[in-house]
Amino acid sequence: MKKIQILGTGCSKCKLLTANAEAAVKAMGLEATIEKVEKIQDIMKFGVMTTPALVVDGQVKSAGKALSPEDIKKFLA
Amino acid sequence: MKKHLSLYVVKGIGLLVIWGLVYWNLEPFANWFTYGFLGLPQEHHFSTALQFFVFETPKVLMLLTLIVFVVGIIRSFFTPERTRQILAGKSEAVGNVLAALLGIVTPFCSCSAVPLFIGFVTAGIPLGVTLSFLISAPMVNEIALVLLFGMFGWKVAAIYLGMGLTIAMVAGWVIGRLKMERHVEDWVYATGPTAGLEDEKIDLTARIQLGRDAVRDIVGKVWLYVMIGIAVGAGIHGYVPANAMASFMGKGAWWSVPLSVVIGVPMYSNAAGIIPIVQALLGKGAALGTVLAFMMAVIALSLPEAIILRKVLKPRLLAVFFGVVAMGIMLVGYLFNAIM
Repeated sequence: MKKIQILGTGCSKCKLLTANAEAAVKAMGLEATIEKVEKIQDIMKFGVMTTPALVVDGQVKSAGKALSPEDIKKFLA
Repeated sequence: MKKHLSLYVVKGIGLLVIWGLVYWNLEPFANWFTYGFLGLPQEHHFSTALQFFVFETPKVLMLLTLIVFVVGIIRSFFTPERTRQILAGKSEAVGNVLAALLGIVTPFCSCSAVPLFIGFVTAGIPLGVTLSFLISAPMVNEIALVLLFGMFGWKVAAIYLGMGLTIAMVAGWVIGRLKMERHVEDWVYATGPTAGLEDEKIDLTARIQLGRDAVRDIVGKVWLYVMIGIAVGAGIHGYVPANAMASFMGKGAWWSVPLSVVIGVPMYSNAAGIIPIVQALLGKGAALGTVLAFMMAVIALSLPEAIILRKVLKPRLLAVFFGVVAMGIMLVGYLFNAIM
């Protein structure tokens, strides 16, 4: 069971990243939870300076990019 | 990977040659299309407007594509993490200058303003230096630069670039002198230093792909605004009498500079939408300083930005930030009206 978190205060790129993460999980048939972290204080705990950011099992994988589902799959494999 | 790169280089050179051939023939083509092919009369409202549109639209879109591509590649060298490393530990005046310059080349989206602000100040970068970066990043905008260059030539583009950098440097420095650190929201400094991501190692092929992505992303988003803007510009170019704007936005009207800034600050538009208005005003007798002040107020300061920054800045500092930048824009507006 993977834990995916999307960090972002709700801009359009953050929504795109969330949708793409959902698509990636579905395509891979993974068991995963996707959680949105929207409070800026909580986002800062991950140490990122740009949003949206992708966190998998507590580790920041990417920041500042709305990754495509293909890119996200690489981080979930 | 090597094979990929040489393929990109060959393709790139080919595209650049085609780009050049097309670009330098746009004006003859627009003339031929309007006066030859359609056979419209010279010196007529509609044909002047049409010729303008047929010439300017491909010209601006082509310039935009080229610059966005080049800037996309340059930006791949400057991540926010690297910019922070460069700025940390610099003295204040040097920091202000560097921060303003880095604001141009560091990829930045206004939705990241808050985490970026926190990441900078918790790494020990002085408040004023951080604000220099936050002023320069939106104000010195590559799309604005291209459009100004395409429509008014390199002098106006250079003035805009110089003005934007100067305001970012000086405004950040002034706020640094005011020692307003305690007007930053308390929880910001309570946040520990943020680590940030390791820099990814990427090769030239990946950078070229990033440039291409930037073109797809940015040009894909703004092309419609550019076309609408040019259409409006074309209408004004053909139909509005010259000097229609001179009486209330010309050099003689001293109050027009502050008024432009006051109207421009709460307004929010991307650069692609605002330049054609600038073009229209300038073409009909408005003064350059006044018009540039209006444009900078619109793209550098906005209500949504104030709401975002309110999360980290207490009202007093937020007001000082907007006030100092607006004053800077006004001063530069007057300066240019005086010397041009």
